[in-house]
Amino acid sequence: MRPLALSQFTATSAIGRGLEQTLGALAAQRGGLAPCAFETAALESCLGQVPGIDAVRLPGPLARYDCRNHRLALLALGEDGFAAAVQRCAARRGPERIGVVLGTSTSGMLETELAYRRRGPDGALPEAFDYAATHNPYALADFVRRVLGLEGPAAVISTACSSSAKTFGAAARMMASGLIDAAVVGGVDSLCLTTLYGFHALQLLARGPCRPFDVAREGISIGEAAAFALLEPLPDDAEPGTIALTGVGESSDAYHMSSPHPEGLGARAAMRQALSAAAVQPAAIDYINLHGTGTPSNDSTEAHAVAALFGRSVPASSTKGATGHTLGAAGALEAVICALALRHGLMPGGLNTTAVDPDLPLAYLTHNRPAALTRVLTNSFGFGGSNCALVLERRGPDSPHE
Amino acid sequence: MSEPREPLGAYVRSIGVLGPGLADWPSAAAVLAGQRPYVPATTAVPPPAALPPAERRRTGETVRLALAAGLEAVTRAGADAQRLATVFASSGGDGAICDEICSTLASAHRQISPTRFHNSVHNAASGYWSIALRAAAPSTSLCAYDGSFAAGLLEALSQTAVSGEAVLLIAYETAYPEPLHAKRPLAGAFAVALLLEPRPAEGVCVRLEATLVKEAPDTLGQGGLEALRAGVPAARSLPLLKLISRRDTGRVVLDYLTDLRLAVTVIRCP
Repeated sequence: MRPLALSQFTATSAIGRGLEQTLGALAAQRGGLAPCAFETAALESCLGQVPGIDAVRLPGPLARYDCRNHRLALLALGEDGFAAAVQRCAARRGPERIGVVLGTSTSGMLETELAYRRRGPDGALPEAFDYAATHNPYALADFVRRVLGLEGPAAVISTACSSSAKTFGAAARMMASGLIDAAVVGGVDSLCLTTLYGFHALQLLARGPCRPFDVAREGISIGEAAAFALLEPLPDDAEPGTIALTGVGESSDAYHMSSPHPEGLGARAAMRQALSAAAVQPAAIDYINLHGTGTPSNDSTEAHAVAALFGRSVPASSTKGATGHTLGAAGALEAVICALALRHGLMPGGLNTTAVDPDLPLAYLTHNRPAALTRVLTNSFGFGGSNCALVLERRGPDSPHE
Repeated sequence: MSEPREPLGAYVRSIGVLGPGLADWPSAAAVLAGQRPYVPATTAVPPPAALPPAERRRTGETVRLALAAGLEAVTRAGADAQRLATVFASSGGDGAICDEICSTLASAHRQISPTRFHNSVHNAASGYWSIALRAAAPSTSLCAYDGSFAAGLLEALSQTAVSGEAVLLIAYETAYPEPLHAKRPLAGAFAVALLLEPRPAEGVCVRLEATLVKEAPDTLGQGGLEALRAGVPAARSLPLLKLISRRDTGRVVLDYLTDLRLAVTVIRCP
């Protein structure tokens, strides 16, 4: 594929609001997981909750979009000059030439959960509940498009935990086919009871902070996050240090709704495609940001899939021990973490993991490792067997254009 | 600043339709072409024979509807579903599951069924499709509210243009139960599947070309078909299906976003 520049990006999660705080937490190996104290949830589990969401107020004309997911989106859009950069891009290229493709798994579902508690004697939902502006998955792209004043095509991709990784691929295709010149991609997923009690029902929640790839890992910690990137064509004279998306790979497990293929066939296919799109061999990848949820079967499948393709020597880690599993936002959040890793020469060690599972054939990092990185890969896998891998690259003075 | 470009386009190799009073594409085409009157009836959704019994039992009406329309298109074309990339477009997921989960969470015990939870994802239809057809090719599931069909068509067209491979688009929607229905009143269950190819297939030559416009979307006048078009996001495809059914060339404007529409030109090869 033709490489695209991440000309601006930002992320807000439990480890920080914006890039500076996120990088600071990664550099200090500081995690954001804490015992569950969300809403009325009574679960023995840890969460990666973003502080300050309740205090966010939406601008008056967008009041009907008010929900936790959009407050989180707005909080993140205000960081790192992201909204301003998109607006400058719109002034240059035309607001109708910029697409909005975002991922979410639960959108404003929390509003619906709360509305069900306030059903009237006739069973009706309260008057104030606004389905289109909060619950519907598209509400996220609709809201962000309005906040940014964009007028191009828009959609929400909702493929569970691969959602926001896949937005990079969909936007790249729209750009390659000439439909748009640039795109806002990313994802937002916020805490709600459906995912907390749903993963609890599947017995996939860890009691303590999740420990990806640990021999004693016992499940996930759910988190929330918003992460965005502005994708533009990579100029021939891109400044050295520019972060580029050079490969996207997507596949389906065709195996089971909530368990990964035991040999990781789908994961392998997605990674292979991403490498092929980037026109590089596995040896060209310096670091892998794993999907690494912390469930026994997910981590085992991913480790074997990675080993089959890369051998067991590529340094790899999961940053979910720090942020929690941010579900539909995880792909974009981890793409931004990879961009920071490339920019600052830092491979982030996976937190909470004290004894790496010896049965998993991986060079798993439990401590930060400084290194000049050129090219990294990030994995995202979701329910329904939906897999996506991205290759990101730091452009040097001699990087080939295509 | 945008220079004129070749319009985004692809060839339609086959179609599947399932809706109220529309049992399959040939019967829908006869109604849309005006050869038969439209008689609305509750959509009869068959259980997905392609799934193993255990998986089949877990599927709800929404997944079954999407699978049925997709299977019709694949069967008509004799296509190899295993290697076919798919785009699933739907405004909402399975409303019955959403209602059940929200009711349970509002109760004291909050014990959600694990199967209901994994079936509540927007990409449930995509997941079951890939399991049923052993389709390991890329698949995406997207939403643009009432414009979900147009959003799906744009994604499918840009996929075929970029990959040079066929793509199966399936747009589908079932009605929500109360109390969600009062907030999102969908008229019924409707699904359409378009198998799109980058090149003309043998014997079939209908080319679609799409451009973004600001015009008002075309309607189907008055009566049952217009009620269906306006009442179900996936049925916003009906003006396009009508043009195809009349074996004609022409242009239709489809509903997409509140300020953006999709104009589709249908071209027949000489």
